[in-house]
Amino acid sequence: MKETLGTTGLTLREPLLWERGKRGRCGFSLPRRDVDPSPLEADLSDGNPDLPDLSEVDVVRHYTRLSQWNFGVDAGMYPLGSCTMKYNPKLNDRLAGLTGFAEAHPLLPAPLSQGALRLMHELEHFLVEITGMDAATLQPAAGAQGELTGMLLMYAFHKSRGAPRSKILVPDTAHGTNPASAALCGYRPVSVKSNAQGILAADSVAAVMDEETAGIMVTNPNTLGLFEENIREIARIVHEKGGLVYGDGANMNAVMGIVDMGRMGVDVLHLNLHKTFSTPHGGGGPGSGPVCVKKHLEPFLPVPRVVQAKGRYVLSEDLPDSIGRVHAFYGNFGVLVRAYSYIRTMGAENLKKASQLAVLNANYIKEGLKGVFHLPYDRPCMHECVFSDKFQKEHKVCTLDMVKRLMDYGFHPPTVYFPLVVNGAIMIEPTETESKDGIDLLIEAFKAIAEEAERDPELLWNAPLRCKVRRMDETGAARNPCLCG
Amino acid sequence: MRYLPHTPEEITSMLEAAGMASLEDLYPTVPEDCRREGEPDLPEPLTEWELTDLANTLSATMASSPAYKVFLGAGSYEHYVPAAVPYLLGRSEFVTSYTPYQPEMSQGTLQAIYEYQTLVARLLGMEVANASLYDGASALAEALLMAVRIKKRNKVALSQGIHPLYRRVVHTYLEPTGLEMVELPYLENGRTDHAMLEGIGDLAAVAVQSPNFFGCIEDLQAVAEKVHEHEALFVTSFTEALAYGLLKAPGRQGADIVCGEGQSLGISRSFGGPGLGIFATRKAHMRSIPGRLVGQGVDVDGNRGFVLTLATREQHIRREKATSNICTNQSLCALTAATYLATLGGTGMGELARLNRDKAEYLKGELVKAGFRAPFESPTFNEFVLKGAPGFRETYECLLGQKTVAGLPLEPYYPELADHYLMCVTETKTKEDLDHLVKEMKA
Repeated sequence: MKETLGTTGLTLREPLLWERGKRGRCGFSLPRRDVDPSPLEADLSDGNPDLPDLSEVDVVRHYTRLSQWNFGVDAGMYPLGSCTMKYNPKLNDRLAGLTGFAEAHPLLPAPLSQGALRLMHELEHFLVEITGMDAATLQPAAGAQGELTGMLLMYAFHKSRGAPRSKILVPDTAHGTNPASAALCGYRPVSVKSNAQGILAADSVAAVMDEETAGIMVTNPNTLGLFEENIREIARIVHEKGGLVYGDGANMNAVMGIVDMGRMGVDVLHLNLHKTFSTPHGGGGPGSGPVCVKKHLEPFLPVPRVVQAKGRYVLSEDLPDSIGRVHAFYGNFGVLVRAYSYIRTMGAENLKKASQLAVLNANYIKEGLKGVFHLPYDRPCMHECVFSDKFQKEHKVCTLDMVKRLMDYGFHPPTVYFPLVVNGAIMIEPTETESKDGIDLLIEAFKAIAEEAERDPELLWNAPLRCKVRRMDETGAARNPCLCG
Repeated sequence: MRYLPHTPEEITSMLEAAGMASLEDLYPTVPEDCRREGEPDLPEPLTEWELTDLANTLSATMASSPAYKVFLGAGSYEHYVPAAVPYLLGRSEFVTSYTPYQPEMSQGTLQAIYEYQTLVARLLGMEVANASLYDGASALAEALLMAVRIKKRNKVALSQGIHPLYRRVVHTYLEPTGLEMVELPYLENGRTDHAMLEGIGDLAAVAVQSPNFFGCIEDLQAVAEKVHEHEALFVTSFTEALAYGLLKAPGRQGADIVCGEGQSLGISRSFGGPGLGIFATRKAHMRSIPGRLVGQGVDVDGNRGFVLTLATREQHIRREKATSNICTNQSLCALTAATYLATLGGTGMGELARLNRDKAEYLKGELVKAGFRAPFESPTFNEFVLKGAPGFRETYECLLGQKTVAGLPLEPYYPELADHYLMCVTETKTKEDLDHLVKEMKA
């Protein structure tokens, strides 16, 4: 390839915060003291906290330099499978920062917080419309908390019928958070193997579904980027035994405006606003994980719920069967504003188009790299495609070596070694906001790396060469943990 | 559509490469009976300018300073945020990156979180802190679940001085686990009645908040001794992190796990979220900690670097046996807190905390002079409970009309505390504001 994105810029060294600064510096404009000091019992205080003192310039330089060691979507393509690293529109951030939203106290009386309540009420409606469900809660602060909320709803549903259940079915392609969330509700996860096509067969669900089983957790499209084609039949089997179908909406970005989750047989579904609805990932949060349900689960939704009466919005606690609160207040409102802004900007037609283009981009990559890398499931994919390192293993080059080398070419690596059903998995999710040019560059980079694997494997074993640090000794870091300086 | 870069020609050529005829053809594997009938019923798309108008209209309905004087705390606090903090946090390298799974490309986030863990541990007097949890409420629930795992006992005790909404979240988390939750009442002085621990056996943990929901500073040392007599873990919680700029750290008073809300540390209130779940403990319990941890290490050249570590506790490896289902932190909020703490420094934080307390004490004193009662006599930080005369509710409503929110009525949370209000004063209120409030409340 002629020219790669990756190059070596000037990276500045920067010490740890407490290796900077001098005692007595302060970067803060202390508000004027206009009242007298009030005595405090001596044993309640033991002096100022042990924090480094820095000037404003110290702080600004420190974090600016740190930021330059990071790679974000704004810098380049981030094809991290199952994470939907799409572009984060800047307007959304600006609107979330409006004084009325950013400075609002959560316990303001309802008449003084109508705008926020209206926004949440409308957002619930939008999410319900997009998914084909009946009602929603916005409280869960992240996808995993959404999963937990979904499990609590299932638990409450079965309990209300006087028959709590003990097990839950989880496909082997599921995110690790699925079994972990189920276990928090006391459910024992029962693994269901996917078939040779990479999806669930109705038979294997029928073989394990019984009246002790609360339901099934299905990610559809699944983590191999494949649509679970037997989902209707699977839902029928689960429902027949009194179970519920939990939909993990992590991959909703593939099917907006295309699939009706309710019609598909899903009873409860969580969404990741930080994936499908464009809110920034923030280096690992804050996210937001709303949960949508069908009518029969609505009575169990968390309180308080926003209700509309006579043109006014109020928070209602009047839901006797509710599972209670999962958040002290109403969830990550700042993230909700961003998702609301995204949906209002896109409208139904553009959301559908976003899904189509996400799927188009993934299929284009799949075709472009087929033959370069081993493709374990050669079928039309959804928003992501999964390759493996089978071909490169001959040259003693593995997935990790190749994706580390990808950094030198100026891309963030895809998700690797997941899903577990594929050895040495390379899971690529480009998202719809990447253009054809960008994707062509990625394909070229991967082809160049595959060539390097044959010609000069050592180069890959030593990659990356252009980052702030080289490969970290992760085993050593875990053996002798140093978590605090 | 400005977020979708594809031209019609590009779409055609890409479809061709993928062997498809049209965008509608992209879903051959989706069965007919899973497809939606018709478009979702969503409003028509808005331009950037129309949407800005709409958002401005909605935002303008919200009561916020300077138009409103809001004396509400109760888990969400109004503090000044220096311009440098949101400026640095707006850097898109921090905002638009993912969880730092690839350390070579995320040293910025990793070092910043390692520093955050260190600052938090120092502030709370603990040995190790995690990379943060969702909020103060879920941090408390996770602390109790962790204590149950360590102690292998099925009962926990919570003070009624803990934020009532936090206790409700804990209840939601504990409900399906079969764990028993008992509450410790509060005394006439506003502190937790830890003598009630006598007679409760087999406890995994006892949780107390300080300053508690009434603003009262608990005698943590005394509670710790009682809790440790029971061989239970002592969990301390907080909603106002700034208090530890002044108060003795819980880690130096016998706490085994310290958890709470870090919103005060430079994070906007944002109608209650996102917040910051702070979580710290002793080294001995390091491998039982829920959530992410960043550790210091070296790269192949021996240079210092940072990585996510102790992943063997996590869902990727342990699945249903993981220490928790949490697979993120509130990274950007943790970074905000670290930036804020770095800006203040130990000296600045001490002075700011004292100013908060002094202003609250001034208001308390003036209100008592004006005939109100401060029923709980324990020392307080920047919040305190006030008892109004039976007719005060009308004055309160009337003040709302005059753009003053004179505290939080406690009756919905504590039915026995009718006519009681929780007042909060931070550095954002001037003496003039406080004098004005007293005058209005007296009227």
